[in-house]
Amino acid sequence: MELWYSEHHTEHVRFSLKVKQELFNKQSDFQHVSILDTIEFGRVLTLDGCLMVTEKDEFIYHDMIVHVPMATNLDIKKVLVIGAGDGGTIRELTRYNSIELIDMVEIDPLVVEACKAHLPQTACKLEDPRVHIYYEDGLKFVRRKSDEYDLILVDSTDPFGPGEGLFTKEFYGNCFNALKEKGILVNQHESTYYDAYVEAMKRAHQRIKETFPIASVYQAHIPTYPSGYWLFGYASKHYDPLKDLKEEEWNALGLKTKYYNTNLHKGCFALPNYVKEQLNELD
Amino acid sequence: MKYTQHNSPIHEALLQHKKNRVVPFDVPGHKGGRGTPELTEFLGIDCLKVDVNSSKPIDNLIHPVSVIKAAEELAAEAFGADAAFFMVNGTTAAVQAMIMSTCKAGEKIIMPRNVHRSAINALVVCGAIPVYVNPDVNHKLGIPLGMAVDDIKKAIEENPDAKAILVNNPTYYGICSNLKEIVKLAHQYGIRVLVDEAHGTHFYFGENLPISAMAAGADMAAVSMHKTGGSLTQSSFLICQNDVDPGYVRQIINLTQTTSGSYLLLSSLDLARKNMVLNGKELVEKTLDLAKYGREEINQIGGYYAFSSEMINGDTVYDFDRTKLSVHTTEIGLAGVEVYDLLRDEYGIQVEFGDIGNLLAIISGGDRYFEIERLVSALSEIKRIYGKDKVGILNHEYIDPEVAFTPQMAFYHDKKSVLLKESEGHIAGEFVMCYPPGIPILAPGERITKDIIDYIVYAKEKGSSITGPKDMTIEHINIIDF
Repeated sequence: MELWYSEHHTEHVRFSLKVKQELFNKQSDFQHVSILDTIEFGRVLTLDGCLMVTEKDEFIYHDMIVHVPMATNLDIKKVLVIGAGDGGTIRELTRYNSIELIDMVEIDPLVVEACKAHLPQTACKLEDPRVHIYYEDGLKFVRRKSDEYDLILVDSTDPFGPGEGLFTKEFYGNCFNALKEKGILVNQHESTYYDAYVEAMKRAHQRIKETFPIASVYQAHIPTYPSGYWLFGYASKHYDPLKDLKEEEWNALGLKTKYYNTNLHKGCFALPNYVKEQLNELD
Repeated sequence: MKYTQHNSPIHEALLQHKKNRVVPFDVPGHKGGRGTPELTEFLGIDCLKVDVNSSKPIDNLIHPVSVIKAAEELAAEAFGADAAFFMVNGTTAAVQAMIMSTCKAGEKIIMPRNVHRSAINALVVCGAIPVYVNPDVNHKLGIPLGMAVDDIKKAIEENPDAKAILVNNPTYYGICSNLKEIVKLAHQYGIRVLVDEAHGTHFYFGENLPISAMAAGADMAAVSMHKTGGSLTQSSFLICQNDVDPGYVRQIINLTQTTSGSYLLLSSLDLARKNMVLNGKELVEKTLDLAKYGREEINQIGGYYAFSSEMINGDTVYDFDRTKLSVHTTEIGLAGVEVYDLLRDEYGIQVEFGDIGNLLAIISGGDRYFEIERLVSALSEIKRIYGKDKVGILNHEYIDPEVAFTPQMAFYHDKKSVLLKESEGHIAGEFVMCYPPGIPILAPGERITKDIIDYIVYAKEKGSSITGPKDMTIEHINIIDF
């Protein structure tokens, strides 16, 4: 017998992984949470059938969402992470001794429960004393904060579902307000290869640009995400991700990373023409 | 066949009709969607397949004898009425049928000034004379309230020959008058009580809500099932009790209602009624919880005032519909309509209406906390980004009309166009509405005053949509030409 997990990347494109065993399968108040053990990609987390994290390629996503802003401002002390129930983003953040506090706001406790039980590779640092987990709507949490964080990371699901509120103008405005004077916002920014995602991505970028004086997009290669090509949004009230890169200082920290390095940091903001065109930033 | 509230006779007959695979050589010409493939793809084949014409197995709206009759009887039972009529031309048609069933040309009807335009339109059609009762106004919020019992008493005593009194229960803002007392008073004089319950469908199905028209003993009510009851847009119920003759009401309805009643609308009424009877209590409870949460969060932002039952004053705010999320905005220096536009244009959030001082968000059992959260966050952002000091926002919405001609006489009289700014003292020949919420500033036959001209100019500047006059720019207005 063969068991396959398939995700529809579009109505007409499927991405399939051969499954060894299903480890977790429950419906929460928000979504369907499942963890599968696959042959090629190890354990994978899916939400409402969409693939979120695999053991084999999660390092790319988590390196890129965390180290790009951290290497831009080494003085980051207070971090807010929205989403990130799998813990991978938290794991990378906890590697910086300079960080004093990490508030994590995840809407769905079941995701954390499932990952703690079956995805220790990413969930391993959720018990770090600097980490405070709040189970509530990210939009609601951030609205009550003002001038509090040096960095906000939005590690969300797609803009269709529980993560919808995290792609809105009101959310970006609330983040701006929750950030300190020199704060940085990095968000999961979808992809633009398939048409279905283009509008959501364009709108997100437009809204961030309207809210922050510095706003750009960077890329990474993530094999298990639709098209294998993924974008992140970088926005700040003060720091330019290229001009302010602290190359020597970051390398002096001696953090061993599997994907990120400071040369790649400099290159990842260079986007292909078709993406620049979609972002309306073709020279 | 004996039907219960668990049945939906029209819906069930349509399912059977579909199974019977009848060959259609009648209208509609799309023939189950085959003739218009793009429309069929857009709306779905299942939808097109039940867009059918009246026939014996699925009854006829003009003269119901089988499944529509059964569905109307179930609806009457659900609303605690003696009879119910399925309406496919909006609550507008239901309001007009109520008025035309009770008033003839030259007869008087007492109504609050803040009636929907459908009521005044009914007067144009039937020739009845309006006797307006000045609704009380909350000056802080700049909104009309309910009618005071003493004012109604005075209107009745001055016009004991009136045939009917029309009451909004609740108003757009959720405000209820003392309906039970009004019914008692009117019935002493043999005056019928008609209730425009366009915004009060849920009163019949939930707990901890204001009293419904039928429970208060009113004679007729127009209930917008599509607004808060879950049926499709344009579908509605007209219900009646006491000594109203349902046969006569049906005749009146048939004067203007289509002879090709849409089965999509009819089945949506049927299923929405069933859903509200079976699940309405929980849906309303959820609605109340969501609205309460939204109100508390909005009030915490500061500046905004989401008002509720604290407005109750025992008379002109006899009760308040707490499912409504009305927000007063002028304290943050913005008109309701400005916030309404910002919500839509900048945040992708469409609320029901914005007027000079307020906006209204409709909450229903179909909402989730996510959406409420977005609304609250967007309002908080609008205050942060666009908020200014409270400016001299005109805090006035109600202008007492002077009725010189009946609406019908004025409507059909010769007219001429003059500049709005030069129209003072003349008699209006057309409506001027500030829309939404669709309360007339002027109705045909009413004297144009300086206050009215100032208000129109101001509302226009604030970006309200002014409708009615032929001149879309509202620079000119039609007046009665003597």
